Amino acid sequence: MSEKKPERREFLFTASYAVGAVGVGAVVWPLIDQMNPDASVKALASTEVDVSSVQPGKTITVLWRGKPVFIKRRTPDEIEEAKAVKMEDLKDPEKDEDRAINPEWLVMVGVCTHLGCVPLNDKGDYNGWFCPCHGSHYDTSGRIRKGPAPLNMEVPKYEFVNSNTIKIG
Amino acid sequence: MSNQEYIPKSKFGKWFNDRLPLLTLASHLTDYPTPKNLNYWWTFGGILTFCLITQIVTGLTLAMHYIAHADLAFESVEHIMRDVNYGWLIRYIHANGASMFFLAVYIHIFRSLFYGSYKSPREIIWIIGIIIYLLMMAAAFMGYVLPWGQMSFWGATVITNLFSAIPLVGEGIVNWLWGGYSVDNPTLTRFFTLHYLIPFLIVGLVVLHIWALHVPGNNNPVGIDVKKPSKDTVPFHPYIVIKDGFALLMFTIVFAFFVFYSPNILGHADNYIEANPMVTPAHIVPEWYLLPFYAILRSVPDKLMGVVAMLSAILILAALPWLDTSKIRSAVFRPLYKQFYWILLADVLILGYVGAMPAEGLYLLIARVATAYYFIHFLIILPILGFKEKTIPLPLSITEPVLGGFPNSAIIKKKESLD
Repeated sequence: MSEKKPERREFLFTASYAVGAVGVGAVVWPLIDQMNPDASVKALASTEVDVSSVQPGKTITVLWRGKPVFIKRRTPDEIEEAKAVKMEDLKDPEKDEDRAINPEWLVMVGVCTHLGCVPLNDKGDYNGWFCPCHGSHYDTSGRIRKGPAPLNMEVPKYEFVNSNTIKIG
Repeated sequence: MSNQEYIPKSKFGKWFNDRLPLLTLASHLTDYPTPKNLNYWWTFGGILTFCLITQIVTGLTLAMHYIAHADLAFESVEHIMRDVNYGWLIRYIHANGASMFFLAVYIHIFRSLFYGSYKSPREIIWIIGIIIYLLMMAAAFMGYVLPWGQMSFWGATVITNLFSAIPLVGEGIVNWLWGGYSVDNPTLTRFFTLHYLIPFLIVGLVVLHIWALHVPGNNNPVGIDVKKPSKDTVPFHPYIVIKDGFALLMFTIVFAFFVFYSPNILGHADNYIEANPMVTPAHIVPEWYLLPFYAILRSVPDKLMGVVAMLSAILILAALPWLDTSKIRSAVFRPLYKQFYWILLADVLILGYVGAMPAEGLYLLIARVATAYYFIHFLIILPILGFKEKTIPLPLSITEPVLGGFPNSAIIKKKESLD
């Protein structure tokens, strides 16, 4: 048996299993993929927000794709503080300029990158946000500074439609 | 109590049994020889069966009135509570039944730990049990989401986000679980479907659990092998049936106390506020039965490692038959293990306590020490103890400790010949 070529029957078995596995995969995939975000969920792509009434230092929260988005009009002090931070002090190094197109406006998904809670405004050790669930502290640029969260709060794709309106998504 | 092949008495019985041996099965279950020294800690298997049936029956009836939709779920639960005949009763039994189920399962697990019921030849029974326990946690978690209150929503958000800790594919998996970009209606409907499915999977596994149990037979407080059937065993019916029945009665008194006198004490007031994706409750806490694992999750300052630690804490139990190197089953004859057993129990209770407290300061420190000890117990203490511990000599039979000496072999022989 040792140095014999594969027999016809063995080849047929292997080929049959292979074809069978492809067939099973083709049947299982639609059953798995049906759980992914559907067309109607994906269609809710963008939201326009009027920010004319937001005072400096205040934050508004809007819902985008089922998630809260923080829009903060930062004070000069807060912008200063965010810019002064050294990159080596950051867990997820990112410059403030890269996070806020217009430094006065910080737009980010208000979801803690740890396990998805909504952090509280103007709380924590870095004057930014504090997540009450597991104690993550974010700075005035929404960057993670202390606690279990691994990443900065996500900045979504957004643009200023005009000076008073922000379009998220 | 006979070893003989069962033969039905009636002609129809015999005809039927030849085609489907259900009567043989019934006879096996009735006569099943059980060690006669089983104490009340052994009644929780029966109690757990009762809990499972209770959850299925109340769950089926609740499903007749509940509406699995993000806009209607919260109201439909209030509708059950206020309008449906006895809806309040059925829902309170179902909600508190989950807690009673876990109470019983924890006693059942800690009984196994004390008496070494997971050891050879009962490893498969134990592993099936761990799978049942995992499914119970999944069912309880998804069930808690269905009322669509604040705790439902944020509990679902936090737990599903655990999967986002997986490198590279984590985000994709979470969106797949949610069916969107946040916990929303698609999440609720699939959780309802799975919450409905899992109990029936558990029923199937319980059958396997009992089947695997009936191969070697029950362990017992002395932990030695028992000859079956013999003077050391009694038939399951009526002896164990009556004892289990009495224990069940006691258990239902505790159950009824919660249902009728403090139905909300084990829940969280925040869950009577409808889910709001804009506001996280100030203090998210899982149900009491998941707290020790929650404490382990929070005690690790890294996201991925926290999740790994939490899952390991559960999965490590499956390896227990091989981590515990001692051949002696019962802690009664293991003076050192007995002490470590109580320390482990205290450790798990401490983890449960700090899991309910904010993760900061002294609580966090305690959680870290307790988490470390939990793993030390299983990974270091148990393997070493099996080699180092000086155990107490085992009795020759389960009758010996009762009689206070060696059994009189002459009497036993005489009795066995009568049997």
